[in-house]
Amino acid sequence: MTSVTNVTNGTGVARHEYCAIALADALRGSGEVLVSPIGVLPSIAARLAKLSFEPDLLLTDGVATLMANVPPVGVDNPEIVAEGYMPYRSIFDVVWSGRRHVIMGAGQIDRFGNQNISAVGDWPRPSAQLLGMRGAPGNTINHATSYFVPGHTRRVFVDRVDVVSGVGYDRARALGVAASRFHRLVRVVSNLGVFDFGGPDRSMRVRSLHPGVSWSDVERATSFELAREPEIGATREPSAEELRLLREVVDPRGLGAKEIAQ
Amino acid sequence: MLDKRMTEDEVVAQLADGMTLGIGGWASRRKPMSLVRAIARSSLRDLTVVSYAGADVGLLCALGKVKKVVFAFASLDSIALEPHFRAARQRGIEAEEYDEGMLQWGLYAAANRLPFLPTRAGLGSDVFGRTSHVRTVRSPYEDGEELIAMPAITLDAAIIHMHRADKSGNGQCLGPDLYFDDLFCMAAKRRYMSCEKLIDTADLTREGSVQTLRINRMMVDGVVHAPFGAHFTECPPDYGRDEAFQQLYAATAKDPAALERFVERFVQPVSASAYREAVLAR
Repeated sequence: MTSVTNVTNGTGVARHEYCAIALADALRGSGEVLVSPIGVLPSIAARLAKLSFEPDLLLTDGVATLMANVPPVGVDNPEIVAEGYMPYRSIFDVVWSGRRHVIMGAGQIDRFGNQNISAVGDWPRPSAQLLGMRGAPGNTINHATSYFVPGHTRRVFVDRVDVVSGVGYDRARALGVAASRFHRLVRVVSNLGVFDFGGPDRSMRVRSLHPGVSWSDVERATSFELAREPEIGATREPSAEELRLLREVVDPRGLGAKEIAQ
Repeated sequence: MLDKRMTEDEVVAQLADGMTLGIGGWASRRKPMSLVRAIARSSLRDLTVVSYAGADVGLLCALGKVKKVVFAFASLDSIALEPHFRAARQRGIEAEEYDEGMLQWGLYAAANRLPFLPTRAGLGSDVFGRTSHVRTVRSPYEDGEELIAMPAITLDAAIIHMHRADKSGNGQCLGPDLYFDDLFCMAAKRRYMSCEKLIDTADLTREGSVQTLRINRMMVDGVVHAPFGAHFTECPPDYGRDEAFQQLYAATAKDPAALERFVERFVQPVSASAYREAVLAR
């Protein structure tokens, strides 16, 4: 474990910085795998992890180049040290080989981590078409997956997702061991807290709440019953060095703050 | 070598109502938009379109050309959701939805003349049983594992856009990613490639290394010289995405009158130069 020194530099740690730290922690122990962060804060988190405790992670520039260096997010034409070529064709090869950890969003997510990015309502004629399945089915059945939800509400944390894009633990279990042996949901990080699937039958469990968030805040914003320990800790504080990396190196323009609901 | 040059409208004349059409590119990247516009202004209808979808699918849906969409997502990249595609889905247009790797596998199966290819992708999700008609297959080996049998997606026709090509159908990709353009061609019975510049075969390797020659003439039946042919999607290194124009396009999903004006100004012009002029004059 790295140190969890409290930051007392007078600026305080912002909510999005707790999200970034928690998402980075989701990547601990990954080693030499491709991280595919969808969105700004997940990208910040992946870069922070690579610069601090997971130096062997592989990251792309979002197009087709693997970057050996870690440029800041949201900068036009950053200087990139290419270490490899990773077009879409190769991405699917990596997905199916399992050497990957994806951090996706979720239009809806349920108690067992079934995720919907496809459509809200009845699939043949949805009330709201979302992005589509994209790679969620293949990602979740093949390699480590985490989720980031910038606005934690009952509309997102639902009893039952309308369409299963990403596979949850109940469905994985129903497939049997052979088909589900590579399925692994690592974390769900929201603007309120950090969750894993350590509850009964691998249901969603609270790991920590971000400072300033109460249990009732989370309960109110979640449609299903979350598993919890009697004592719920606070999301860990970033170290002074992590905070410096976040603010000065990875996200100097403060783009992460814009992505979450305050 | 055969001279396969033709115009967009000559390509359209070889297509028919009800065909299954594959469209290359990815989201709002290197889409064969001049061919898409030619289809959009034609009398073609009831198409099944297969695409890593962007404005290609959106525009064809908006203009009533599409009976069914086979897709994994639809996006304009800088605008996360394709508005015309959304509207079409919310009206209940027929659809078949897959994981994006499954889509690749379906095209690859068709390219290899196989009925299906096995994969784990899709197991446990709603692409199995709900958004498609995929079935499973059991491994004949000791493991006995049950896998998705992704069916071949055989295309009647495919359209793609390349940076450079010669008149016999050798195509060159100078951008960062070929996406699945070669598979679209290999999965299709009739294959049409537009290009930014039509050049002599001997000049192809002056433009880029031999490794950039990703489409060969066995994969192509028609070559269309289409400068600016991917506009408003990106086509680097030749040009980037026209974000302002894309916003103009996206806004037409909320306003039928605006769509009508858009079609009149930007879909009706036939020649590349007339289109270019209309875009610059807006």
